[in-house]
Amino acid sequence: MNLDFSEEQEMLRTSARDFLTKECPKTLVRELEEDEKGYSPELWRKMAELGWMGLVLPEEYDGMGMEFMDLIVLLEEMGRNILPGPFFCTVVLGGITILNAGTEEQKKEFLPKVANGEMILTMALTEPSATYEASGVNTKAVAKDDAFVINGTKLFVENAHIADYLICVTRTSDGASPEEGITLFLVDAKSPGIKCEVMPTIGADKLCEVVFKDVSVPRKNMLGELDRGWPIVARTLEQATVAKCAEMIGGAQAALEMSVAYAKERVQYGRPIGSFQVIQHYCANMWINVDTGRNILYEAAWRVGEGLPASKDVAVAKGWINEAYKFVAERGVQCHGAIGTTRDHDMGLYYRRAKAAELAFGDTDWQREVVARQIGL
Amino acid sequence: MDFKFTPEQEALRKEFEDFFKEAMKEAPPGWVAGLETMFSEEGWAFHRSLARQLGKKGWLSRPWPKEYGGQAASIIEQLIFNEVRGYYGAPGVDIFGVSMLAPTLLMWGTEEQKQQHLPPIAKAEIMWCQCWSEPNAGSDLASLTTRAVKDGDEYVINGQKTWTSGAHRADWTFMLARTDPEQPRHRGLSYFLVDMKTPGVTVRPLISMEGSHLYNEVYFDDVRVPKQNMVAEENRGWHVTLMTMNFERSGVAGMMEARRTLEELVEFSKETKRNGEPLAKDPFLRHRLAQMSIEIEVGRALSYRVAWLQEKGEMAAAEACAAKVYGSELGQRLADLGCQIMGLYGQVRRSKWAPLMGRFESAYQLAPGMNIAAGTSEIMRNIIAIRGLELPREPRA
Repeated sequence: MNLDFSEEQEMLRTSARDFLTKECPKTLVRELEEDEKGYSPELWRKMAELGWMGLVLPEEYDGMGMEFMDLIVLLEEMGRNILPGPFFCTVVLGGITILNAGTEEQKKEFLPKVANGEMILTMALTEPSATYEASGVNTKAVAKDDAFVINGTKLFVENAHIADYLICVTRTSDGASPEEGITLFLVDAKSPGIKCEVMPTIGADKLCEVVFKDVSVPRKNMLGELDRGWPIVARTLEQATVAKCAEMIGGAQAALEMSVAYAKERVQYGRPIGSFQVIQHYCANMWINVDTGRNILYEAAWRVGEGLPASKDVAVAKGWINEAYKFVAERGVQCHGAIGTTRDHDMGLYYRRAKAAELAFGDTDWQREVVARQIGL
Repeated sequence: MDFKFTPEQEALRKEFEDFFKEAMKEAPPGWVAGLETMFSEEGWAFHRSLARQLGKKGWLSRPWPKEYGGQAASIIEQLIFNEVRGYYGAPGVDIFGVSMLAPTLLMWGTEEQKQQHLPPIAKAEIMWCQCWSEPNAGSDLASLTTRAVKDGDEYVINGQKTWTSGAHRADWTFMLARTDPEQPRHRGLSYFLVDMKTPGVTVRPLISMEGSHLYNEVYFDDVRVPKQNMVAEENRGWHVTLMTMNFERSGVAGMMEARRTLEELVEFSKETKRNGEPLAKDPFLRHRLAQMSIEIEVGRALSYRVAWLQEKGEMAAAEACAAKVYGSELGQRLADLGCQIMGLYGQVRRSKWAPLMGRFESAYQLAPGMNIAAGTSEIMRNIIAIRGLELPREPRA
């Protein structure tokens, strides 16, 4: 057992923190909330120069060949700073999925572009039925000559409005179970018939509605095998869920630190409010939530990185961290008093994102149901 | 980062598992775990018998240095031992002698004290209790007033202790008494080892709301203790009580006990029908059980973290406090959940009507005590806030 990060990982954390603190101040975060694109191409380029987009991609595809746990470290720092933009969808939902399931040709075509920051990817999975279950996939893809024609509506698709390619999860046949008959396609976002609209959301994180109307995709853009795409999605979801947890823990840690710092400096009744036991206990409870969340995150991430069975661990982690982040952000507002409730204060940025992050890849009830099945219920 | 145990550690785990699985077949009917050791004659007899077996195997003294009969076992090995033992709800480890006094003596004791007291702890011949709290010194322990006055080669002790777990069972006690009332509170205390059979020591039971006998009041009336029974120097007692490093205090045993309990609740929910359907199909209940599973696994991961920090030689004060408060509050929720799943039967005491031997009815009453014993939840949070987060101390009058 060794529950410490390596020296390289600690260095990655430090350099990521320094970089993001400098390059992504909260003024930029606010600006990008209102921005149509929702990301800064300049910042994106700098991140690519640091090799972040290719962090976990093999060197043969211009990546850095690092481990999943390294990505977790980086995502924690991104969550801490609430980095806006398409990193998560490009790397976790896109790049890693192609790495997991792509043909050599597909990997060669897409991954170097991802690694070099030349391509933005996302996954179009969820639909108006708003579930991460296979039963929610009703967008149809029908074979026609050497292509497939896609029809349907995807919803809550991260950054589809700026994506170059969408990994579209479609139903190609009706199998015995909802998991059968699912096929993934790499769809050029500029294909005729795609209509994309950004949804206004609590996290201002550019979730999109994407309507596919007779969108033709060449057969060679099929990712994985026909009708057997669900295991690919399931694997990506597992990795994405842990990755999201890392962002959340980073955010929760920032909210905690802000609150503790404020409790030390804010004076009422002639003394810092942090000397009042009630505030101390709020902060202690926040810390317990963050600390426990971090431990369970690392254990789940380690299992995923090692390729061990991790369904229960991931659901446990997300189920816990969902509530932990919300709790910390809410108590964080309370510690700040009225100022914490304003649009101008940073705490609200975290409070809103805590809710958005809970909903991503399964809210707490959903995770509980996964755990229920895992413990034999 | 690596959560894997080594093959040697896995082999050790297997050895512990084989032993405890077999040993627990001898447990009295309806045995649950933990504090029950103190409650009944048969529970205590089982505890002592298992303790002797553990002593024979050398497992009680594994963490000690080799020169005192130990194996210098790492914290992680202790974690594994406690994890397995907790899962099987096995007694046999005198938490006062093995987990508290032995590490204290190893750090502070004279050679003579070590030679006298460590072997009987290792062999489970002598059981200990802890006389710290007093009627007017609970969380504010340093305000205690029990006096020890030097008289030649002896100290004469007078005062009253309370909340002494298992004093009615213990052979010896380690205690704190005030040797210098002129000194500031923390600086006038000394740490003594006292044979419970010494004339002047009187034990009176404090019965819990549930009816069991765990706590006691202990009266000291002109109790004469040889001066060589003082640990460390006079007036250094407070220092001696501060956490010692080399015993595992991750709380993992409690988490594993909870995991086992949850497994039993899951089985119960699958076997028990209400309104013609197994309880396990009830979505509300499923989610409560799943949430409990989440909390238990989170608690176990926290225990691992505490053990890891200790393994590295860190005090991990905030993390250990978090593990304590997390564990006791989880125990309370688990007891409540257990009662709720039993439905109307949740109120029935151990009897022919009580499912799972009425253990949740009992646990529900015992659980709040765990939020108080060994440092209240409030004190734990204070420590996290002040030592962990470095928030300013509350001004004191």
